[in-house]
Amino acid sequence: MLVFVIRRLLISIPVLIASTILTFLIVKATGDPLTYLKTRQANISPEAKQRFIDQEAHRLWLDRSWPAQYWHWISNVVMHNNWGQQVQGNDNVRTDVFTALGVTARLVAFAIVIALVLAIVTGVVSAVKQYSITDYTTTFAGFLFLSMPVFWFAILLKEFFAIKFNSWTGTQTFYTLNQPTSWVNPGQLLGRVLLPTIVLGLASYAAWSRFTRASMLEVLNSDYIRLARSKGLAPRTVLVKHALRTALIPLTTVTALDTAALLSGAIITENVFQWRGMGYLFLTSLQNRDFNVMLGWLLVTATFVIVFNLLADILYGFLDPRIRHA
Amino acid sequence: MLETHETISGEETGEPGAGKPRVEREFTVKERSYWQMAGRRFLRHRGAVVSLFVFILLVVFAFVGEKVWHYKWNGNFIDYRDISKAPSLKHPFGTDERYDWMAEVMRGTQQSLKVAFIIALLGTGAGAVWGVVSGYFGGFIDSALMRLADLVLTVPPLALAAALAYSGGGKLWQIGVVLGAVSAPYVARVVRGVVLSLREREFIEAARALGASNLRIMWRHLLPNTTPVLIVNATLLIATGILAETALSYVGFGIQSPDTSLGILISHAQGAVTTRPWLFYFPGLFIILIALSVSFIGDGLRDALDPRQTRERR
Repeated sequence: MLVFVIRRLLISIPVLIASTILTFLIVKATGDPLTYLKTRQANISPEAKQRFIDQEAHRLWLDRSWPAQYWHWISNVVMHNNWGQQVQGNDNVRTDVFTALGVTARLVAFAIVIALVLAIVTGVVSAVKQYSITDYTTTFAGFLFLSMPVFWFAILLKEFFAIKFNSWTGTQTFYTLNQPTSWVNPGQLLGRVLLPTIVLGLASYAAWSRFTRASMLEVLNSDYIRLARSKGLAPRTVLVKHALRTALIPLTTVTALDTAALLSGAIITENVFQWRGMGYLFLTSLQNRDFNVMLGWLLVTATFVIVFNLLADILYGFLDPRIRHA
Repeated sequence: MLETHETISGEETGEPGAGKPRVEREFTVKERSYWQMAGRRFLRHRGAVVSLFVFILLVVFAFVGEKVWHYKWNGNFIDYRDISKAPSLKHPFGTDERYDWMAEVMRGTQQSLKVAFIIALLGTGAGAVWGVVSGYFGGFIDSALMRLADLVLTVPPLALAAALAYSGGGKLWQIGVVLGAVSAPYVARVVRGVVLSLREREFIEAARALGASNLRIMWRHLLPNTTPVLIVNATLLIATGILAETALSYVGFGIQSPDTSLGILISHAQGAVTTRPWLFYFPGLFIILIALSVSFIGDGLRDALDPRQTRERR
C-alpha cells in the first residue's frame, strides 16, 4: 500500500509542474495586462504615457522573455511563497486566492453533504425498486436537474423563494450580498448558505444518484448477494452490510474527483448569488487581465484536482484491495 | 456477417417465386444486422423516441423557423404599441422593449445548437483519435498521451473556456473549439479503455497476420468498433456543451452581445423575472428541452448500442 501511494505521488509531481507551464501559457493567451493603461485617455504627453507603461511593464516583469517571466513567478511562489501582486492595486495575490477559497469551501462543503445524502438515499431506493414509479420519478428528476442550467435555476430560486419569503416575513433571512458570512451565527449562516448550496448540490446530486443506482444494481445482481440471500440473511442486513458497502466504493472516487471540480466550478452559482469566492475572483481577474491572480488561481485549482485525483486513487486502493494488488 | 447468408434468406429479399431456391426451415428468424437490432432496441425506449421527435422539432424551429418567421432577431424594431407585451398570437413568446422574443429565442437556440454540435464533433473526433492511438500502441506513447490528458484535465474546463474564448473575442466557433478541445480528454480515456480490450481480440490479430498496417487496423478495425461508445459520448457532450455555452454567455464570457445566445437572453431577462416573466422562462425552457431530450436520446442509444447493459428484471 505504501509503495502504491508513493508511486502515485511521484507520478503527480511532473503533472503538477507541467500544469503550471500550461496555465502560464493559457494566462499569456488572455492578452496584454497593460491594455487598460494603453487605452486610457490621459492628459499627459505620449512620451510620459509611454514611460509610465514601460515602468509598469518593468515592475511586473512584462518586459522580460516568457521563460524568464515563468521562472520569476514559479521561483517566487516556491522559494518565498510570494505569489506576486495585482496589476491594478497592491493586494497580495496569495491572500486574495485563499480568502476566496475559504468562501467557496463553505459553499461546496454544504453542497457536497446535501448532494451525497440525497444521492445515496434515492440511488439505493431506485436500485432496490427498479422500474417502480419511484425509480422512474427519481430518474426523471435526475435528468431534469442535469439538464437545467444552473444560473436559470438559481435565479428562479432567488426570485420566487428568497425574495418572496423575505417580503412575506419582512426580514432579511435570505441575504446573499457579498459580505463574508460568519460561522458563529447559525441563523445568518443558514440564510446565506441555503440557496446557493441547494443550487450547487442539486447538480451534483443528479449525477451521483445515477451513479449510485448503477453501481448498486450491479452489486445487487452479483452472485455473492444471491448467496447472502439464499443462506437466509435478513434482507436489511444483505442490503446495508453486503450490498451498500461495496456499491459505495466507486462513489467515493467520483465524489473525490467532483469535489475538486466543484471548488473551481462554482463560478456560475457564485455569480448569481454574488458570493466573492473563487468564481468571482477568476472572472474579475480575467476581465482585468490580472495575470498573477489568474496564475495563482489556476495553480490552486490544478493542485486541488491533482490532490483529489490522488486521494481518489488511494481511497479506491484502500477500500478495494483488488485494485492495490493488481 | 457472412455474405452467403443473404442468398439463403431469399424469402424476404426477393419477390415470391422469382426462381430462387426456397430453403425449407423449421423456424424462420429474420436476420438482422447490428444496426437494425440497435434501431429496434432504440424504438422500444419510449422516452428516447419521444425525445428524438422533440429534438428534431427543436432543430427545425431554430433553423427553419428563423427563415419563416417574419420578425427577425436583429431586424426592425417591433411596433411601439407591442413593446413589452405578454405572449399573444402576434408575438407567441411576447416582446421585450425592442424585439419579438420568439425570433430572439430562435436565434439563441440556433447558436446554442451550433456550438453544441461543434463541441460534440470536435470532442468525439479528437477524443477518438487520441484514445485509439493511445490504446493501440500502448507503452510509451500511451503513457505520454494519457499524462497529456491528465494535464488538460487539471485545468477547470469552464475557466479555460472562459479565458480562451474571452481573449478570442467570443466568436461562436471559438467557443465550440475550446469547449470541444477541453472535452476531448474525457472521450479519449473512455475510447482508450475500449481499445485496450479490443486490441487483444482475435480479429485484430488476424488483421495483423494478414499484413494490415497499423493505420489500417486503427482506421478500419478499431475505430468502427468504438462507434457505439462515441455516439453515446457525443450525446453527452451535446447536453453538457449546451449548458457550458449558455453558462459562459450568461456570465459574459461566451458569445458577445451584438449576437445572441440563450444564455445572453436569460442574463438580459434576469431583472424582469417577476415583471415580464416570459422573457425569462422561454430561453430557460429551451435550454432544458434541448439538454433533456439529448440526454434521453443518449440513454436510449446506450441501451440500444450496448446490449450487455440489458434492461432485464432481476
